[in-house]
Amino acid sequence: MTTIHVDSEGFLTEYGEWSEDLAAELAARIGIELTDEHWKAIRFLRADYPSHGETATLRRVSVLTGMPIKQLFTLFPGKPAKKMAYVAGLPKPRGCV
Amino acid sequence: MRRLVILGAGTAGTMVANKLRRRLALDEWQITVIDRDPEHLYQPGLLFVPFEPEPPDLLKSRRGLLRRGIQLLIGEVGALDTENKTVRLADGGVVGYDYLVIATGTSPRPDQTPGMLGPQWHRSIHDFYTYDGALAVRDALQSFPGGRLVVHVVDQPIKCPVAPLEFTFLAEAFFRRRGMRDQVEIVYVTPLDGAFTKPVASRFLGRLLDERKIAVETDFLVERIDAERKTLVSYDEREIGYDLLVTVPLNMGADFLGDSGLGDELNYVPVDKRTLQSIAHPDVFAVGDANDLPTSKAGSVAHFSSEIFVENFLQYVDGRAMTHRFDGHANCFVETGDGKGLLIDFNYDTEPLPGRYPLGRLGPLSLLRETKANHWGKLAFRWIYWHLLLPGRRLPVPNKMSMTGKHRPGEEVRP
Ligand SMILES: Cc1cc2nc3c(=O)[nH]c(=O)nc-3n(C[C@H](O)[C@H](O)[C@H](O)COP(=O)(O)OP(=O)(O)OC[C@H]3O[C@@H](n4cnc5c(N)ncnc54)[C@H](O)[C@@H]3O)c2cc1C
Repeated sequence: MTTIHVDSEGFLTEYGEWSEDLAAELAARIGIELTDEHWKAIRFLRADYPSHGETATLRRVSVLTGMPIKQLFTLFPGKPAKKMAYVAGLPKPRGCV
Repeated sequence: MRRLVILGAGTAGTMVANKLRRRLALDEWQITVIDRDPEHLYQPGLLFVPFEPEPPDLLKSRRGLLRRGIQLLIGEVGALDTENKTVRLADGGVVGYDYLVIATGTSPRPDQTPGMLGPQWHRSIHDFYTYDGALAVRDALQSFPGGRLVVHVVDQPIKCPVAPLEFTFLAEAFFRRRGMRDQVEIVYVTPLDGAFTKPVASRFLGRLLDERKIAVETDFLVERIDAERKTLVSYDEREIGYDLLVTVPLNMGADFLGDSGLGDELNYVPVDKRTLQSIAHPDVFAVGDANDLPTSKAGSVAHFSSEIFVENFLQYVDGRAMTHRFDGHANCFVETGDGKGLLIDFNYDTEPLPGRYPLGRLGPLSLLRETKANHWGKLAFRWIYWHLLLPGRRLPVPNKMSMTGKHRPGEEVRP
């Protein structure tokens, strides 16, 4: 068992501690089984974060991957932006200021 | 001659132009400002338009607000070519630059939500972020027979993120004064998970909504408006009916920024959050609402960050390292109705906290607490805006946030 660092809501705090296996495990914890479509969004979030400096918003994911917002709601029901960030091992998206 | 071109002569563009004109030699620097519209609108005043019988005077000529020695071009910026360093106007004119400051702000875009524009626009579906919109809200409130008023935000970020809450408080007080509060149900619908973005202020403002019997619907991301059925429909298929809808449409930066490749998915220009320099092009800076800074889009931010920007810009054009750092400082008066208001003060790292805000001989003002003084502060701001802020004079408030007077509450926050 490797240890990981999370915040009080369970979001990973270390970008480098994430792995694809861990993602599957995190997803399972919130009742999601990852399909190719889920992975498309997750991989985008992972790739975007280092250059962008923060977790992509739902709109950013949608515009830059071409996945409709509606689809993201189906894949990550309820609170897609938070759930995607959680599975991708990124900080909870800042509710804008 | 070295050429500085500033796109947009709103709050940030005007301040920056006036400050720099005083600091850059007239015989060495040409400063050109471009705006589509010859009149400058005092946007914070829009909040009060729906509740006043006579529209207040919120417009002034842009020319009169710019110092002598600044060239003002009236025209729509249609395209930007950062390779050749030219700006193309919609009427075909081309303006070249050595340094570019983007200050085109952000605008409400009702066209971005299906069903928003149409025969019901400015009839049962309203916005108050434009002058015409605010006037239409006034007429709708005057003739409202009672029913459900829904105040709604499409998505963040929006400029002045507290404005829709303020509108809600003012509308509640308005119906109470008219003696018809019991005939009006008020619902505040937000894409956020609480009344506001930051936890302490969100709990605090949430409590104020609660006390006033204003229902809050959170995590609601609108997909479309069914104007015929007078219903908001979210992506997760929740529905909220209304008799009168006052919405804040999606806010977006200018389209030419997206088209030129300089803007992000909402046409905001990615900048270094300490210096406001464009990440993509070092000779380009973006000030005010037009950039992607992770702080509020507000006049106060435009003001504090402009002071930092001006000092850095002077170093930059001199070939020196930029040594000034913006901390994300923002402060906003929040109208809460009945002639009272709150004040919030925060930056990138510190959320709005309760306490007191020192203000020279005038202060202190209370933070996160409803007082009459805060309401008067908000009203006085209009004079300050025209006479001190836009001319680029120094205000007696530091541009960096200070912890003096603030305290972090325990679990309980009491109004
Ligand atoms: C209802 C409301 C209430 C508010 N209340 C407050 C408050 O209480 N306190 C506070 O601090 N802030 C408040 N704000 C926010 C504040 O008004 C803005 O944050 C501030 O004006 C930002 O300045 P700016 O220069 O970036 O943009 P703006 O002042 O909006 O200026 C942008 C300028 O660019 C021009 N422009 C845009 N696109 C083009 C183009 N393609 N070609 C030519 N010209 C173009 C526009 O005509 C405009 O003049 C409020 C805003 C609203 C709408």
